[in-house]
Amino acid sequence: MAKDNKGMTLKGGWNVEYNYAVGKPGAKFLNSLKNDKKIIAPKCPKCGLVMLPPRAFCERCFVPAEEWVEVGNEGTIQAFTIVPVKFVDHPEPPYAIAYVMLDGANTAMVNLVKNMDLSDLGKAAEKLAIGNRVKVVFEKKREGSVNDFHYELM
Amino acid sequence: MKERAAIIGVGQTPYKSHHDYTIPELSQQAAMEALDMAGMSMDDIEAVVYSMAPSEFLGVNEPDKWCVDAVGGRNKPFMRIHTGGATGGSAAQAGFFHVASGLFESVLVVGADKVRECTDSQQVLNTIWDPVYERQFGLDTIAMAAFQAVRRMYKYGTTEEQMARVAVRLLQNGLNNPKAHLKGKITIDDVMNSGYYEWPIKKFDTCPSSAGGAAVVIVSEEKAKKLCNRPAWINGCSEIANTVFMGDQMGGAAEMDYADWDELAIAAKEAYGQAGITNPKKEIQVADVYAPFTVTDLAICEALGFCDKGESEKLNEEGFFDMDGEIPISPSGGSLCTNAIAVTALARVCDAALQVLGKAPGKMQVKNVSNAVATGIGGSFQFHTIMVLGSDYN
Repeated sequence: MAKDNKGMTLKGGWNVEYNYAVGKPGAKFLNSLKNDKKIIAPKCPKCGLVMLPPRAFCERCFVPAEEWVEVGNEGTIQAFTIVPVKFVDHPEPPYAIAYVMLDGANTAMVNLVKNMDLSDLGKAAEKLAIGNRVKVVFEKKREGSVNDFHYELM
Repeated sequence: MKERAAIIGVGQTPYKSHHDYTIPELSQQAAMEALDMAGMSMDDIEAVVYSMAPSEFLGVNEPDKWCVDAVGGRNKPFMRIHTGGATGGSAAQAGFFHVASGLFESVLVVGADKVRECTDSQQVLNTIWDPVYERQFGLDTIAMAAFQAVRRMYKYGTTEEQMARVAVRLLQNGLNNPKAHLKGKITIDDVMNSGYYEWPIKKFDTCPSSAGGAAVVIVSEEKAKKLCNRPAWINGCSEIANTVFMGDQMGGAAEMDYADWDELAIAAKEAYGQAGITNPKKEIQVADVYAPFTVTDLAICEALGFCDKGESEKLNEEGFFDMDGEIPISPSGGSLCTNAIAVTALARVCDAALQVLGKAPGKMQVKNVSNAVATGIGGSFQFHTIMVLGSDYN
């Protein structure tokens, strides 16, 4: 192979935009965030599982989950990470995210943990330890998305 | 089912950040090397399984169709298999099914990937998460590993140093593998000082974004006996899926804990049953596993039955999984040294097969291997594959 062919590349890219349907349970959940500042979740009529993120049916019993319950505005951290570096299309660093089991729910839901000091990762990690409590804080301006709320340490 | 089937040829290109070759070219190079080892030509292949994961890394949609001609797929049955990172394991499984069904006598399983031709692989990986509830929070594969790490810290008292010790072993193993992307003699301190990506996951806890191709040739019993002195018999093969929602695997109502890979343990039990293995710790001499992060290696060793839950950290520190330990894990350096996603799980099959075939290069070869295991992992730690290869058929 000729030496001058080495390392030759061409620029390219994809830029596709989408309008994602959120589904019927999704619309109910997101509207509740926006209009009522309440986190609601579907409950399985058979096993009683309260599911967040919401789904149309219980994925364990395969029955429609049409009863909705309001879950608590506080919960327990189940997993977390703190990100000090920039990745494309990710939140601006540093940021912390946590899976939180809200009181009354049976599955954990991820969101940002805001308003905490992230300058020392080790110290921040201690504050985010599994089992620690957080509260849900709603944004003043809400648009019907999961960004309408975040978690804060208690 | 089932007819017996064996791997008699494997091929892998060298792996690196950038190749000057296209995906069809890399696929072809791997295929030709596998055919060469098998003593076969492209004309001998009856069907092709193409191993291709998310195509967004390449920026070419449906890249399998790009590669049909390069891998001898023209005028033959040809299918693409895709289960995220587990793709190569699933593709090998599909190739096995082709032969085990009795419908085909010789099948080529092949693929290639280039994870670094795009701007940021984590930008692509972020898009595998739910666009309504999860993607906007920066979920990616590093976060996925971080969640498992913090849950193991909580459940088993795992330390960052214990995870770092996995990287020391795997990068050291990589020195024996001429095809490995990353390799080197490093210390726990080197890992600890490598910088956080997503706490507690650091740079050296994390696989590279690799480019390269891999292939295996799977043949019937009759062909295997005719063409190969010591085939790698596919004695067990299983796959299992779990929920996309990681938050479903945490807390009191969880069916499985995200700290552990109970799904893989179930798949392993099934595959061991097929292979007639009752005591994996005694009967399996080596495993080449898909651990793209240090913490996942620990979970896999437990799921494969090499030790109890929460015991991996200590055994790993004691050298149990080193090349001169009881059960060497990933003599190739595994996925921490090399991760060309579409073929990473297929590379594990290649490297496990090499151990049984007795054709692993130099110090990478483990002595007296009668049973070797390969695993794959894909999605949000969601698809697990396992293949048990043996020097005798079961």
